[in-house]
Amino acid sequence: MPRIVGVDVPAQKRIDVALTYIHGVGRLLSNKILAEAGVDPNIRAKDLTLEDVSKINVVIQGGYKVEGDLRREVSANIKRLISTHSYRGLRHRMGLPVRGQKTRTNARTRKGPRRATVALKRKAR
Amino acid sequence: MPRSLKKGPYVDPKLLKKIGQINAVGDKRIIKTWSRRSMITPEFVGHTFAVHNGKKFISVFVTENMVGHKLGEFSPTRTFRKHAGQR
Repeated sequence: MPRIVGVDVPAQKRIDVALTYIHGVGRLLSNKILAEAGVDPNIRAKDLTLEDVSKINVVIQGGYKVEGDLRREVSANIKRLISTHSYRGLRHRMGLPVRGQKTRTNARTRKGPRRATVALKRKAR
Repeated sequence: MPRSLKKGPYVDPKLLKKIGQINAVGDKRIIKTWSRRSMITPEFVGHTFAVHNGKKFISVFVTENMVGHKLGEFSPTRTFRKHAGQR
């Protein structure tokens, strides 16, 4: 298993797919990186030469924010929104959708699993 | 869809004039405004705005981090207390 930018260890897959296991790299960016590095996207990740790996590493480190750096940037952005008391920060703090979606139904990704409403009703009576 | 870059940020002309006046004089006054849709530009930094939320004015002290947001984002329009069952 080749290592690309730190701890990432993609598998038996084509290198263009294997790269998408890095946080912050999708299919588009993966192909862009390979084109820039001059590596054939049809090769399997295990068949990469050491030279190929280092070329890919250089390209990623030279121009793209991935993994830890990307995560840090995202969380810093959220912290900024919260600390300025903006509406979006408020929504982040409450764990509700930030971009104006409805919350009457759905919104389960943000709100988490449904809580049992039946039990609450019985208590109230 | 975001606003076209060609047009530049939207700031209420009246508000911009007021900021210009205050910056020229150099005193710090609370600026009462209803223009929630105005973008916060770098000239706004350090001023306090009283932004209308439909009912009253919420005072907003503008810091550098707020540049690029709209004034209304810092003056919430809804109050949420608690769901009936949780009281």
